[in-house]
Amino acid sequence: MTAYLITNVSVLGAAPTDLLIRDGVVAETGVGLTAPGAVVVDGTGLVALPGLVDLHTHLREPGREDAETVETGSRAAALGGYTAVCAMANTSPVADTAGVVEQVWRLGREAGLVDVQPIGAVTVGLAGERLAELGAMADSAARVRIFSDDGHCVADPRLMRRALEYVKAFDGIVAQHAEEPRLTEGAQMHEGEISTRLGLTGWPAVAEEAIIARDVLLAEHVGSRLHICHVSTAGSVDVLRQAKARGVQVTAEVTPHHLLLTDEKAVTYDPVYKVNPPLRTAADVAALRTALAEGVVDIVATDHAPHAVEDKECEWAYARPGMLGLETALSITLDVLGPRWDLIAERMSRTPARIAGLTEHGHDPAPGAPANLTLVDPAARRVVEPTELASRSRNTPYARMTLPGRIVATFLRGEATVLDGKAVK
Amino acid sequence: MIRHLLSSADLDAGTALQILDTAAEMATVAGREVKKLPALRGRTVVNLFYEDSTRTRISFEAAAKRLSADVINFTVKGSSVAKGESLKDTALTLQAMGADAVVVRHPASGAPYQLADWVDGSVVNAGDGTHEHPTQALLDAYTMRSRLGRLAGLSVAVVGDVLHSRVARSNVLLLSTLGAKVTLVGPPPLIPVDIAAALAPGAAVCYDLDSVLPQSDVVMMLRVQRERMNDSYFPSAREYARRYGLDGSRMRRLPEHAIVMHPGPMNRGMEITSEVADSPRSTIVEQVANGVSVRMAVLYLLLGGNNR
Repeated sequence: MTAYLITNVSVLGAAPTDLLIRDGVVAETGVGLTAPGAVVVDGTGLVALPGLVDLHTHLREPGREDAETVETGSRAAALGGYTAVCAMANTSPVADTAGVVEQVWRLGREAGLVDVQPIGAVTVGLAGERLAELGAMADSAARVRIFSDDGHCVADPRLMRRALEYVKAFDGIVAQHAEEPRLTEGAQMHEGEISTRLGLTGWPAVAEEAIIARDVLLAEHVGSRLHICHVSTAGSVDVLRQAKARGVQVTAEVTPHHLLLTDEKAVTYDPVYKVNPPLRTAADVAALRTALAEGVVDIVATDHAPHAVEDKECEWAYARPGMLGLETALSITLDVLGPRWDLIAERMSRTPARIAGLTEHGHDPAPGAPANLTLVDPAARRVVEPTELASRSRNTPYARMTLPGRIVATFLRGEATVLDGKAVK
Repeated sequence: MIRHLLSSADLDAGTALQILDTAAEMATVAGREVKKLPALRGRTVVNLFYEDSTRTRISFEAAAKRLSADVINFTVKGSSVAKGESLKDTALTLQAMGADAVVVRHPASGAPYQLADWVDGSVVNAGDGTHEHPTQALLDAYTMRSRLGRLAGLSVAVVGDVLHSRVARSNVLLLSTLGAKVTLVGPPPLIPVDIAAALAPGAAVCYDLDSVLPQSDVVMMLRVQRERMNDSYFPSAREYARRYGLDGSRMRRLPEHAIVMHPGPMNRGMEITSEVADSPRSTIVEQVANGVSVRMAVLYLLLGGNNR
């Protein structure tokens, strides 16, 4: 196994040091290390972070390998500084059985670029009618701990209650896509001034907030853990703030696009900006940024959602919702939070690893820690070119935007997955 | 002159008035024995219709033909859509056929915007989803001006299902640009959120039709689909007609000079009674005739007018 000596690197913004990576762990740190035979990586000017962990990724395999595969998505993740991603269950077939989650898990191992942790569906076929075999998925080789019908809300309150209760038996967590379906029938974008002008059916903020309010009460009632996917409104932040103050075991994520973009983007009717939940207002963006900094929103998760060209190059109403995120998430978080490296590590690595139960991830680079880490050049600026992305799809909303920061190298259990900003395999 | 007509917001007051003035000239053609001008000879206008709308299609067809353009009607229903041809592929086909203008009616809001990205010719929005229908607004403005002599300062009540109405959106934008004061009237669930901020800061909203009528120079009744009651926008067609329908007794509360408009097709007995629709105040048939003149003006100015 190759050893790597990363020289003169700043760990989370601290004074430069050397990091020796050997046998899958950070073997040694300190100034002026020597390691005969080790590959030297010049870390001058770079910041070392614990490898990023994405709690919300769509890898599209099985079923839509034309949009993304476990391998191409894993490569995009590694290039984005990730060492672990949680793969959402809305594949075809749906990841609602031990067989499918084991297949995704095995494909992730074969790709070997990030740890792919499958998420299991809460209900059979994401239909919201009866529980999938959550225990079988938990007991499978994939060791599923997060369950989500993402793309669909577990709208039935009784079913949601049962799911929250049931997963306690194996320390699971339900990740809710908060969207009251009756309030969003036909919805195309955030309900507000812009939707009125564009004549697109509105997706009201209350449809998200009502479900979060209900579910924090349910989680409190049954004493379960709850995670809220892609929080997008200021009102949701208020509900979460109150719930956390009461001690409810709720965590929440925000996507990079909800931290940066607003519903104004829809005015060209370019469906690259169509996403669910939709882009909201500048006031929502401001509230989400504050909530992320304060920890009311616990983590950044990408909701990386690749789509084939024909599913985006069409009428807005017919386009699929979702946008790419893995290769730009750190840059946007850096843009939003500034170079507060400890905070970035907390929001993008340690906390998501803890929520997902990924014990090998989310550890700062220190002697004895698993060598899952990434090196960022904070001074670099790059222009996002869709054709240069590793994802099989091109639906990035950041095309031709200039973003700060660049991932220079990523290590998964001591093996380089990215060096010199390029995927190793 | 602008290249495309996608929204009433594309028109400043000068351009809008230029279209209305040109339409007035075009209207004289309709009175002639030979209703034809050579202005667009050799130019190709494609009517690309993804929705059944015979009245709008034949209005555009008549307009293009009176200007001597070659007209191709491309109705996409159960043909290309069923086979799954994308809007982009259809656009590339029209492009290859050398369409100088594409008049598009589409059930998806914004589709004409995408089409405009994919073809070199001019795109005219003939109604997209619940977004806009700018030539309807132009013909409505033309009708108001010819009946009442002016647009600036007029009080116009737009009544009904504003939420789902492309006619309403285009009218609010254009009338505000031309200095009229618009009041939107309807049951609250059918008035979209933030409508004034979204379209025209001067626009007002009122839920009480009776209070608006005495101050209105124009009442524009919008078509309301009975099926909306199944979605709880209002309890029943009867209650809708009682609260927001224009009948004879309400019509008599209007000022003497006021006119009643409807973009058609009407639901007689729902938003408008026959007594009103067939009264001298009603401009409904004139609106149809004016539609041809206004569409002639739009095609002429986009294609021929100042570009050559």
